[in-house]
Amino acid sequence: MSDKTDVWQGTLALMVLKTLETMGPQHGYGIARRIEQTSGDRLSLNYGTLYPALLKLEQEGAIASEWGMSDNNRKAKFYRLTRVGRRQLEQETRSWEQATAIVARFFSPAEET
Amino acid sequence: MRRLIPHSPTRNLRAFWIRLLGLLGARRSHHEIAAELDSHLQMHIDDNLRAGMTQKEARRQALIQLGGMEQTQQTLRERNTLPWAETLAQDLRFAVRQLRKSPGFAAVVITTLALGIGVNTALFSIVNTVLLHPIALPRPAELVAVDASKPNFERGSISYPNFRDWQRDNRSFSALAVFRHHGFLLTGTGESERLHGEYVSSSLFPLLEVKPVLGRLFAPDEDEIGRGPVVLIGQGLWARKFGSDPRILGRTLTLDGGNYSIVGVIPAAFDLKFSTFATEDIYVPIGQWPDSALKDRGAGLGIHGVARLKPGVTLAQARADMNAVSDHLAAVYPEDDHGLRASLRPLRDAIVGNVQPVLLVLLAAVGFVLLIACVNVANLLLARSNARAQEFAVRLALGASRKRIVRQLLTESTLLALAGGALGLALAAWGTGASLKLVPAALPRAAQIHLSPLVLCFTFLISLAVGIFFGLFPAWRVAAQQPQNTLKEGGRGMSGARHRAQDWLVVFEMAAALVLLVGAGLTIRSLIALSRADPGFQSQGVLTFSLAVPYSPATSTEEGAFDYLHELDRRMDGVPGVHAVSLMADGGVPLTGDDDEELFWLQNEPRPSDQNDMHWALRYIVEPDYLKVMRIPLLRGRFFTDADLPNTPPVVVIDEDFAHQFFGDRDPVGQVLNLTDPDQKATIVGVVGHVMQWGLDNDAGFPLRSQIYRSVTQGNGDGGIPVAGFTSDIVIRADNPETVFPDIRSAVRRMNAQQVAYGPKTMDQIIADTLAARRFSMILLGAFAALALLLATVGLYGVISYLVGQRTQEMAIRMALGADRANVLRWVLRRGATLAGIGVGAGTIAALLVTRLMANISLAKSSLIYGVRPWDPVTMFGVIVVLMVVALAACYVPARRAASVDPVRALRSE
Repeated sequence: MSDKTDVWQGTLALMVLKTLETMGPQHGYGIARRIEQTSGDRLSLNYGTLYPALLKLEQEGAIASEWGMSDNNRKAKFYRLTRVGRRQLEQETRSWEQATAIVARFFSPAEET
Repeated sequence: MRRLIPHSPTRNLRAFWIRLLGLLGARRSHHEIAAELDSHLQMHIDDNLRAGMTQKEARRQALIQLGGMEQTQQTLRERNTLPWAETLAQDLRFAVRQLRKSPGFAAVVITTLALGIGVNTALFSIVNTVLLHPIALPRPAELVAVDASKPNFERGSISYPNFRDWQRDNRSFSALAVFRHHGFLLTGTGESERLHGEYVSSSLFPLLEVKPVLGRLFAPDEDEIGRGPVVLIGQGLWARKFGSDPRILGRTLTLDGGNYSIVGVIPAAFDLKFSTFATEDIYVPIGQWPDSALKDRGAGLGIHGVARLKPGVTLAQARADMNAVSDHLAAVYPEDDHGLRASLRPLRDAIVGNVQPVLLVLLAAVGFVLLIACVNVANLLLARSNARAQEFAVRLALGASRKRIVRQLLTESTLLALAGGALGLALAAWGTGASLKLVPAALPRAAQIHLSPLVLCFTFLISLAVGIFFGLFPAWRVAAQQPQNTLKEGGRGMSGARHRAQDWLVVFEMAAALVLLVGAGLTIRSLIALSRADPGFQSQGVLTFSLAVPYSPATSTEEGAFDYLHELDRRMDGVPGVHAVSLMADGGVPLTGDDDEELFWLQNEPRPSDQNDMHWALRYIVEPDYLKVMRIPLLRGRFFTDADLPNTPPVVVIDEDFAHQFFGDRDPVGQVLNLTDPDQKATIVGVVGHVMQWGLDNDAGFPLRSQIYRSVTQGNGDGGIPVAGFTSDIVIRADNPETVFPDIRSAVRRMNAQQVAYGPKTMDQIIADTLAARRFSMILLGAFAALALLLATVGLYGVISYLVGQRTQEMAIRMALGADRANVLRWVLRRGATLAGIGVGAGTIAALLVTRLMANISLAKSSLIYGVRPWDPVTMFGVIVVLMVVALAACYVPARRAASVDPVRALRSE
């Protein structure tokens, strides 16, 4: 895997976790839609990106899944955040904020001392 | 910064486990993945429809956005499990499919390997128990067997006073113990019976770290002379005689007429056999031994010892220390201890020393068998990969990596090897039991031999190694090929080089089989030579047993005792089929490992100051009929008669070795000897033939060979039968030695209900027992050699068949051009004979080297090869003929097939 995918996967995982935290249990399609909406339709998720990320999170124990019925009565698999996932989300949110803050400093107008 | 968000190791580990579980089936099914993606797609289409698209457009847009369903499924599947394991599973499935397509090939390979691995597993399980774990006690490496080395005995018995002094003076042992085997007569507890037991020092069980299952062990000073009589019993006896009653402690056991208080029970798991010690039913403190000679520092009473080295003390240090201790005692007690030293050797050597070399020979032999089996398999794999060269050439041409192909072939060969190993394990389980049943007496700890986890590991590893190692060569050959050449040649590529490799493998097999056959042949010839060896007496028709004679007031005087023994003889003589009877009052039945000695000096010599400077001879105290029983030839003078009585001048009879050693060419009859037990002068009245006392094959290797006979009827000064009763060995000559014993036992019991005859054994059986280890190695070597011959023959057959199969066309052309069938037949046979011949030549040279090694391998003081020369021409010639005949027979079948080829049909099939 290239570095770029790694970063993307890591970021995607964070987005998935955040989405599940905000919306509660949700199926893959719902997650994809929500992420696309939140990004202002600047992101587009296909299967190949979303489902491996979901599987990985599930194997790591951050999310759990079970089959249920969607709003318009389709059978779908619903994902929910586990306790491990909640902790992971907190931790990664913090790291992410820290990282972006650091990067942001490089781009903000110089406040040299 | 490579990752903005670091990965946690625990999370990775968890994911790994889940994926591993996924391999084992606890994963999302492909179906489930497809269902989830499909539901996603449907929801997307639903939304698109709601946005006003047509059904067709909605579906198209959704598919465009979502990307390839198939790739996603593939990614998910890979993520679901571990890819390399998935590949392995794929390879395995493919291998199984391939093998199922050629069941004959698979069956031959698996059977071949099963035979090879089976014999190795069986033998390894023996070696594992006997050589690797011979002592089932804590810290066995610290244990040493202790004996006294004296001029006539390398490992002689330790006298009780010396034991006490060694115990006190040594600084090397954390403990030193002694034991003395004894047969006890148990009376008063059910039917009278004979129990094997040991007189032991108190230190024995603590030293061996054996804990009682009930009660206590002997207290430290409880083994001294004059202490109260106590006894420890074995768990087996406890169960048999007392129903494992826990209230047994304090109860009385009457042994040899004395009352012993039971203080504890020794666990059945305690299992040790070395020197004269064996795990038995009865243990009595050594101080209870009734023989007054116990206090005699110079007495050789058959007491031997065992010690535990202090931590950190080496054997060499202990030897030096004990030498100093013995030398000091020799200075203080020159009369008894002159020339006497403690002799130490690791307990392990004492237990397995005799069988170790033989087991190693057998291990080498099965190694050869496995090698031959593997060579066969490598040959078959080569042939098979040649047949599949096309297939792999195509795959290579289509871009398969060489690594992948090698891996695939290795998977196949490893699978075969593991299957062979599994089958071999079953064979081994059966074979170990069968081979041990042949000769249980030949091996220490035979009962403990089983397929332990270590053995299973051994089999698994050996199978794995065989699969990989012998699969690698053929696999590499296939993978290294140039596909274009193979494809051009239409499947016959690389055949030249491959034939050469196969030829060499067959030559090797033939040579190895020959070496094994020669080895087996020599052991068989040795055993035949031994079965013809003359022990100095006629064993056929002789029965030996022991008799425990109880004390009674009537036998307390010498006359009473003689009358009693006369009556005993009369009763036994009266049993139908019995021709002659003789007591052997102090034991020493030939070839049983028992012996008794006479110390003496010649008439013209001064009395030596200490007994180790006296002459020693093997002593037999017998009755006049002894020669008749044993059919030992009388060479000069006379043997004893009923007229030799206590009040007539003492007489002795000697054997020819005695005569030669002490009188050279002079006539010994009429010469006088000074005897010591009791001190008296005795006249030699006759000379008889020498008897092999120590063993058929190793008698000459013992320093003490001269033999002297004394008569029971002249007594040895002890008077009547002692209060404890006495035990004598008895030999009889009968028409039916195998079946006469019950009659004798009841005749003896009718005379006195407390009198027990026990331990019957025919002399033939005793001789067979002495050869047990030899027979064990002969049977196993023979079986291994037969197996090697079979495998090598199958190998040769396979190669020639393969050759014929490959050359069918060539032969068809030959025949079409006028060669007759006999020519073709000869050509094939010649080819087979050439291979076999080269193998035989190489094998003969190897055999000459190997048998010379074998001749140096000894079985209890005598060479494994006995009575034949290592290069024995009969064996060599016989083996070569057998091998060539079998080889030609193996070639004949494919040769016939070749000769019966119909040229027209063979050529048309191209």
